[in-house]
Amino acid sequence: MFDLINVVQGVAKLPQALIRDKRLENLWLLPASQTRDKDALTEEGINRVIADLRTKFDWILCDSPAGIERGATLAMRYADEAIIVTNPEVSSVRDSDRIIGMLDSKTVRAERGERVEKHLLVTRYDAARAARGEMLSIDDILEILATPLLGIVPESQDVLKASNVGSPVTLNNANSAPARAYIDAVRRLMGETIAMTVPVERKGLMDRLLRRRAA
Amino acid sequence: MMNLMRLFGGRAGSAPVARERLQILLAHERGRNGGPDLLEVLRSEILGVVSKHIDLDPDKVVVKMDRGKFVSMLEVDIEVPNGVQRSMMVAAT
Repeated sequence: MFDLINVVQGVAKLPQALIRDKRLENLWLLPASQTRDKDALTEEGINRVIADLRTKFDWILCDSPAGIERGATLAMRYADEAIIVTNPEVSSVRDSDRIIGMLDSKTVRAERGERVEKHLLVTRYDAARAARGEMLSIDDILEILATPLLGIVPESQDVLKASNVGSPVTLNNANSAPARAYIDAVRRLMGETIAMTVPVERKGLMDRLLRRRAA
Repeated sequence: MMNLMRLFGGRAGSAPVARERLQILLAHERGRNGGPDLLEVLRSEILGVVSKHIDLDPDKVVVKMDRGKFVSMLEVDIEVPNGVQRSMMVAAT
């Protein structure tokens, strides 16, 4: 199996490294190496791969490592748009602020005097705790980061459940609150106008009874 | 007083503290992000001007910016070696 580093180094051709997703027929994955040193990645190598991908796909999602290290600057380098994923913690909002600064200065678009369109996605949000003043509120975060909001994903046990079985929460339980939040965010990204709400868990009677017993 | 407030349900949340910490951190970091380049430019130009007349160790030219609430202080610290001729010292000061 080949990965991004193989393609960047010219050991493999792009089609050899692309893996078709089993669940979605129009989704392809290009794995980053989990074993090799990411320092093998070069800016021009990434440029070539992304240019190649642009000829084949409508959307290229480039997952960035968390934080503000080299991996993140490489991931954003050739971006047209950026989704900044943050949670309501000081360290996360702080890193997001740094990343926003880099998007405005260190990307190819920024250097050409163009803009990288930015969207903010807040995850692990607990509206009740924010209302009690125990968590930074959406307004706090927006005031600090001054970036348009794409969506609010509530804190939920469904995320870990899905992650445990190797599935995106949107496929594992499409009716769960976080799944609906992600789907809304995607629709906004595609240009639809959808009211900004924090989806809440739908609890049936049985669900409540069972949960009480389990607790 | 805080304890009393907590006892009677008016629990003071920690979010305002988070907000304040962030504002302080970011004010500092945003200032710095625009800063290193400017200070480096100033440093190298000052070094260039002074070096025309005095032999300097480039590492001994320190340019700092202390940001205050109302005014900021630009501090330029240049260490001059002792071997420099007196006439040049007079001219330099």
